[in-house]
Amino acid sequence: MSAVVAEHDDHEEHHDHGPAKGLLRWIITTNHKDIGTLYLLFALAMFFVGGIMALIIRAELFEPGMQFVNPQFFNSMTTMHALVMVFGAVMPAFVGLANWQVPLMIGAPDMALPRMNNMSFWLLVAGVLLLASTLFMEGGAPASGWTLYPPLVLQTGKALPFAIFSVHLLGISSIMGAINIIATILNMRAPAMTLMKMPLFVWTWLITAFLLIAIMPVFAGAVTMLLTDKFFDTSFFDAAGGGDPVLYQHIFWFFGHPEVYVMILPTFGVASTIIPVFARKPLFGYASMVYATAAIAFLSFIVWAHHMFTVGMPIAGELYFMYATMLIAIPTGVKVFNWTATMWKGAMTFETPMLFAICFVVLFTMGGFTGLMMAVAPSDFQYHDTYFIVAHFHYTLVPASVFILMAAGYFWLPKWTGNMYDERLARFHFWMSTISVNILFFPQHFLGLAGMPRRIPDYAVQFSDWNMVSSIGAFIFGFSQLIFLYIVIKTINGGTGEKVSDEVWEDAHKHGLEWQLPSPPPYHTWSTPPAEVPTEHF
Amino acid sequence: MIETTVQKNTRLVKILIVVGIGMFGFGYALVPIYNVLCDITGINGKTNLEAVKEVLYQVDKSREIRIEFLTTLNEKTPLLFSAQTSSMKVNPGQYATVNFYAENTTDKTLVVRAIDSVSPGLTKDYFEKTVCFCFSEQTFKPHERKTMPVRFVVKPDLPAQYKTITLSYTFFDNTEKSVKK
Repeated sequence: MSAVVAEHDDHEEHHDHGPAKGLLRWIITTNHKDIGTLYLLFALAMFFVGGIMALIIRAELFEPGMQFVNPQFFNSMTTMHALVMVFGAVMPAFVGLANWQVPLMIGAPDMALPRMNNMSFWLLVAGVLLLASTLFMEGGAPASGWTLYPPLVLQTGKALPFAIFSVHLLGISSIMGAINIIATILNMRAPAMTLMKMPLFVWTWLITAFLLIAIMPVFAGAVTMLLTDKFFDTSFFDAAGGGDPVLYQHIFWFFGHPEVYVMILPTFGVASTIIPVFARKPLFGYASMVYATAAIAFLSFIVWAHHMFTVGMPIAGELYFMYATMLIAIPTGVKVFNWTATMWKGAMTFETPMLFAICFVVLFTMGGFTGLMMAVAPSDFQYHDTYFIVAHFHYTLVPASVFILMAAGYFWLPKWTGNMYDERLARFHFWMSTISVNILFFPQHFLGLAGMPRRIPDYAVQFSDWNMVSSIGAFIFGFSQLIFLYIVIKTINGGTGEKVSDEVWEDAHKHGLEWQLPSPPPYHTWSTPPAEVPTEHF
Repeated sequence: MIETTVQKNTRLVKILIVVGIGMFGFGYALVPIYNVLCDITGINGKTNLEAVKEVLYQVDKSREIRIEFLTTLNEKTPLLFSAQTSSMKVNPGQYATVNFYAENTTDKTLVVRAIDSVSPGLTKDYFEKTVCFCFSEQTFKPHERKTMPVRFVVKPDLPAQYKTITLSYTFFDNTEKSVKK
């Protein structure tokens, strides 16, 4: 260990350099840690932007009737909230984690393609700014839902081409990030790090990156067809010209279903990294975790039409997509079982990252079960486009992906900064978030089952009570996240004043290479690859 | 060592970029694939797009098929559009004619296109039109009213499970597109 650090310092003296001075450092940087930080901070900022949009939605839905916004703007808000959260917050946050952690975890000095890494971040910023600019255009931002279904989306005003170019930019950015991650993982591992010794976070990201390369171009193609239908008189989705709007739905969900797994697979990886550390046990069933992830990724490509049971399909098609979708519950169940078995009889402690991880296991399972309910084609006709689906995917995204991102923040922030976060305040943040997220989303199940449609600014009076409860939960949840912001800023600026050890968490060095580096790690790490890798997760 | 890693990266990146471009192409390939699948599974119930010659079939007097007619206007198409009757009964193999009426309600010339489909979708292979206003674009002078006959046949080999076929027409306003051309 000390030998490695000494060599590293040596290396720096010879021909290397620290970060550039001033603000320019953040613009021209090719360092994986800097770019990881940029991604994470950008994602955090977008999390609040998307959150404000969500609060506008919940404020309008607090009572029946029209209160604050007009229906057009309301629909813009549901659309933009989704696009900003998916493409601006959750995906970039995981790319940020990958930038920081993948090289540290596999013993690589940096990402394989550092300059492309810089470019993919700044293309992301450009894409999101372009998307945000549509809010101020004539006719307003896209208001057709994040799925951008024609013919409705073709009625968007001046914003349509801008929204489509923004999707192109975000797609190129994600594909570049994915290529970089694959190249790093496949070519830059320390010699001792064989594929089946990689931490699960690295495994899940490798698989996610392949998903991204496979699906983002398809989405880019679909929106390009929208563009040519609108401006160049093609008729891909125009029935009058021999096209079919349902075709768009098939292409979109061929992208869209793997896309939702892009947001959940790295979540699984982080959970599989955190739980063993605080259970003080190796991860149960490492190999089955890897295969389950690959199985979920494969299945994600062959189930897309379960999003469109009501659109018209031969009965054989409905049955096929129903059973194929239910099949996903098996590898997912393997994962939930393995996390539970990892905790079983472990010497568990409940620091904040572990609290969030356990909460993820419980609430993600609930989100998974409602998914299983909707996989049943005949009953999906009842749930389709109601608040039940809204409750379902928010359970799989907020208390799952977002909570695990919080867990990852608490887990690795002490390593990245060398400072400890305020544990008391962090636990307060955890309990506020967990309680309010359930107040926010659980009643939406009831609303959906009772028939309240999604994407509407006004509703029948029998839905009033639970909407009010849900909105109260939303505001508590939203404002609770300011605690997280405060904790992060405070930790970066010195935290509790307590300097953390290299391994931060008890015996963490057995679980991952990153805990064998100093806290905070120097600007350049693993210039010489580590000779041995921890094998605790077997 | 360093050199080989760079070479490995370059090769891998080239492969991955090709995969990415390939998947962009695959997105477009889904269009013909979808059309073929629709044809096999009858998803959108498209019947013949061009007129077919009238062939004499052996009329099957043993059963009657109920044909229902639906007329729909796509949003803001300024027409009045109706069928002579909402339904009629035909014997398989027997040709029938039904009139559709449409009237331009504006002071402008309209170019409209009717798109038809049958339901259940799989009956499309047994339903043929020899005369139809849907085979080409229709031009309506201001306030013009047209009577448009449709002549069709249900083929005698229609499987016994189908008792009712719904024929639906939707008019789309193509005036702007045809002005551009």
